[in-house]
Amino acid sequence: MPSTIRVRASAGAEQTDVQSLIQHPMDSGYVKDAKGELIPAHYIETVTFEHGGKVVFTAFWGPAVSKDPYLKFKFSGGKKGDDLKVTWTDNLGKTDSSVSKLG
Amino acid sequence: MVSAFARTALVALLLPASAVLAASAQETKEAYSAAKALSDKAAANKNQWPATLTALAAAKAAIEAGRHDEALSKAKEAEALARASIEQTEREKTAWKDAVIR
Amino acid sequence: MKALLAPAAGLALALSIAIPGIADAWAAEMVDPKADLKTFQAYFYEKFPNVKHEDFVNGPYSMDEGMRKQWEEKEEFPPYDFAIEKGKELFETPFKNGKTFADCFENGGIGVRQNFPRFDLKLGEVVTLEYAVNRCLTENGETPYSYVKDEMAAVTAYMASTSRGKPFAIDVPNDPRALAAYEAGKQYFYTRRGQLNFSCASCHVQNPGNRIRAEVLAPALGITAALPIYRSEWGGMGTATRRYMSCNSQVRGTPLAPDDELYRDVDYFLSFMSNGLPISGPGARP
Repeated sequence: MPSTIRVRASAGAEQTDVQSLIQHPMDSGYVKDAKGELIPAHYIETVTFEHGGKVVFTAFWGPAVSKDPYLKFKFSGGKKGDDLKVTWTDNLGKTDSSVSKLG
Repeated sequence: MVSAFARTALVALLLPASAVLAASAQETKEAYSAAKALSDKAAANKNQWPATLTALAAAKAAIEAGRHDEALSKAKEAEALARASIEQTEREKTAWKDAVIR
Repeated sequence: MKALLAPAAGLALALSIAIPGIADAWAAEMVDPKADLKTFQAYFYEKFPNVKHEDFVNGPYSMDEGMRKQWEEKEEFPPYDFAIEKGKELFETPFKNGKTFADCFENGGIGVRQNFPRFDLKLGEVVTLEYAVNRCLTENGETPYSYVKDEMAAVTAYMASTSRGKPFAIDVPNDPRALAAYEAGKQYFYTRRGQLNFSCASCHVQNPGNRIRAEVLAPALGITAALPIYRSEWGGMGTATRRYMSCNSQVRGTPLAPDDELYRDVDYFLSFMSNGLPISGPGARP
């Protein structure tokens, strides 16, 4: 199963710029399908980014975040070649994680 | 004491009056057919309007429920919408050229 | 104009034999796609002198600075990335009979998007990229895709990505059927329809850069270059057909069948009008 997480991170002199795109339906639970039935809520609740053994960023999401969410942030430190681990968990208990190298 | 004859005559006088006040099944059937014919023409023109189909469906539902006044009104609405869409197509057959970038 | 009269007269003569009465109609209005192209492009270049010619393929982003900044940021990590990946997978997976999409297209289907739509002289109709994809599937015993999204959008997104930057090279051959299809597409574009009585031109020729509700309108020039698109409004990908059908609904008209020749004809007209402008697809739109 291909990863649902794409990450592009570039380490600068003092900070690292991170962008990520996560494939997820982010269903709010309020939308009805073509038959008129509610599509059950299915959205990411937490996303964490870890670098050098520390959590550098945590996002608490919910039904207001759109499908296939895009995220961009910076954190201080980081060098080219370091590992960056991304993990998400959703309201149904599903999860995915990936490790990528800082560019 | 009213004779049987008089009673029948009285009912016979009242009946036409009631036919004028309410739409008959025959009237709504004809109105629906007229509207449907125009709606089909609009569809054949590839310029159907959803509002026409909605009014037509409402007319059909009203006929089936025996609500003939409502059916007549919806059928006339559908006919008017269908007519407008057909006129739009006719008009646009030449009017489109005026919009072309020169 | 004079150079066109000789072959056009011959054409009119041939047609008047084949289809009585048409010679009169043709003598009155010559179908001249190349002249239309010049006028069409000139209109937009004059209306927006500060927009670089090749930038018209970016729709509303060429019209609005604020939207452009947001778009440029998103393009660093575009929402259609998943569709391209899925499309590549579908494109390379063999059919049950062992063939692949590459067998249906010149150059194996890579770097060919800018040549579509084409007028197929054998079939006698306009073949859009989507139409070609579905013909490939049916000819190889596979189930055709829905014209509007999902697999069709994924495969065409992948094919468009291999043509990024290549200029549109649409051909309208000097064949009466091709000229008729081109003209039908042009007529469709300028014809008012629906309860709201709008034509495509009402928004995309008369009001590019202006707003309709909360949206900034794209210019008609280059409008097919970014297809298929990931629309935030749809929360997913959509093809040209999806857009034409939703436009029809938005003017309170009933959409046509997805593979209707009129949709293919208007795509033909619009793409020809964008000749020379680069493919920017797959695209992202609000």
